[in-house]
Amino acid sequence: MLGRILTIIGISLGLMLTVQPVYAATPDEPMWPILKEIHFEGKDIRENADDLIALDAPKRAEDAAIVPITIKLLQPQTVDKYVKNLHLVIDNNPEPYSANFHLSPEITDVEIGTRVRVDQYTDMRVIAEMNDGSMHMVSKYVKASGGCSAPAGKDAEAALARLGKMQIRMRQPTLGEPVQAQVIVSHPNYSGLQYDQKNRKYINSHYVNKIDVEYNDKTLLSVDAGISISEDPSLRFNFVPTEKGVLKARVVDSKAMEFSADKQI
Amino acid sequence: MRYFLLITLLSSTALACAVSDNDYPLQKVADGIYFHQGIHEDASEENIGAIANVGFVVGNKCVAIIDSGGSYREGQHLHKALREVTDVPVCYVINTHVHPDHILGNAAFTDENPAFVGHEKLPAALAAREEHFARNFAESLGDAYTGTQFIAADTLVSPEKPLSLDLGGRELILNAYPTAHTDHDLTVFDPQTQTLWTGDLLFRERIPALDGSINGWIDTLKKLQSNDYKAIIPGHGPAAIGKDADWDKLLAYLTTVREEVRMQINDLGTLEQATTTVGLSERQNWELFEQYHRRNVTAAFVELEWE
Repeated sequence: MLGRILTIIGISLGLMLTVQPVYAATPDEPMWPILKEIHFEGKDIRENADDLIALDAPKRAEDAAIVPITIKLLQPQTVDKYVKNLHLVIDNNPEPYSANFHLSPEITDVEIGTRVRVDQYTDMRVIAEMNDGSMHMVSKYVKASGGCSAPAGKDAEAALARLGKMQIRMRQPTLGEPVQAQVIVSHPNYSGLQYDQKNRKYINSHYVNKIDVEYNDKTLLSVDAGISISEDPSLRFNFVPTEKGVLKARVVDSKAMEFSADKQI
Repeated sequence: MRYFLLITLLSSTALACAVSDNDYPLQKVADGIYFHQGIHEDASEENIGAIANVGFVVGNKCVAIIDSGGSYREGQHLHKALREVTDVPVCYVINTHVHPDHILGNAAFTDENPAFVGHEKLPAALAAREEHFARNFAESLGDAYTGTQFIAADTLVSPEKPLSLDLGGRELILNAYPTAHTDHDLTVFDPQTQTLWTGDLLFRERIPALDGSINGWIDTLKKLQSNDYKAIIPGHGPAAIGKDADWDKLLAYLTTVREEVRMQINDLGTLEQATTTVGLSERQNWELFEQYHRRNVTAAFVELEWE
């Protein structure tokens, strides 16, 4: 058994050594084949799908705890052909499968922004799952800053004190025109990896695991999230309000606490 | 010509990086107060992580180390340099905050069984970051890291409740602060010589690193600035002896960042927009601006979003 593990480690080391110098050309790191097996078993995934998805992430994560990323779909969502799930995977994070953005043709031009934790140098990938079941992927290599900032919060007490506060930030839109909106919820998003010195135990994980956005009771966007999402989860998106109504965001966390906010348009 | 430039470049880098066993100079700030000035670089194997100001205060019975170095190796250098000054034992190792350039040398003093002293929130801050630090610094510091241990403070200081340490004929007063540069900053004051060790509440020359609260930091700086000191040893940059310590320069940076981030937020700008536009007028005022400025803007942005 040990021999086998050593062989596997040896192979992965070998892979790393051969892959490292040509990173730009070969985004696949050792973790990915395993992650692919776990989350997309037996599926064909088309790589370098730059015609469909643009993933914008900084080359170097300035603050490992707060790395802003933007995912843009380059083809309009139509009833016949649309991306129904956008899977976000951060290979070298403690929990690599980071989020699933459920989409529909309700939003035609998709551009989503959020903020994630990046634990160490890693490939970050977005896999678009179409309504016909086909899968398309883009990936990007992100260097985590090795400096002072750890993927821990800066002021745990302040974060906890405002837990559950929510904001919907947007300009008053013109009907029929696209508008950008940001839903943000104050939440420490405890990963379960943080240690409470006073009580000498790990702080139980406690994080936002669902964000739903509706306009006039129609779902625009729904997100399943995990511990890779930064403290105070933020979700930015575009949509086109065609009639007056209410934009509503609902958040559920891993302790089944619910928070919501709405905005009259 | 090109060759000449290359050689000049190489030799200046070599000079800036040189910290060998025989080359760990201490500066004497006042009677019994010494520190080693860190260089304005990122921590590396070549500079053994000696990028922050670290030092000690000597009393009749005890020495207090104030920040232990950016690696086990730097801690050893500091310990050795101390022994060239005095034989008085080390009773206290004070950590002004959790950042690796200030605490990774702790283990170099354990043979003297000192008390480790810090802000009441320091142990939690260390626990939250320890794994991350271990992974990153084992790699970037190489050999200099070997022997490093994470030692949390056992003697804790709370805000509004200064702690006095008796070094024998000399008293140190430790003050803990509400969230500012971090959520667990500590200063050390020596009344005898009117010397203040600010930890990273004060940066000179090197760009500050915001890891707490920009509002809290500005408030704390204004309070500290209103007091009189004969000498100030900042967390980074030269000591200010009998002259102004550039509090205003740091305040100007932080208030500029705060005002411009607030403008971005009020204008519904994104975090990405803020990091590319805010505070650029401060560029020429700080060393390592490119490496840390955008991170400061990020930290300020996610704080000020909730104002």
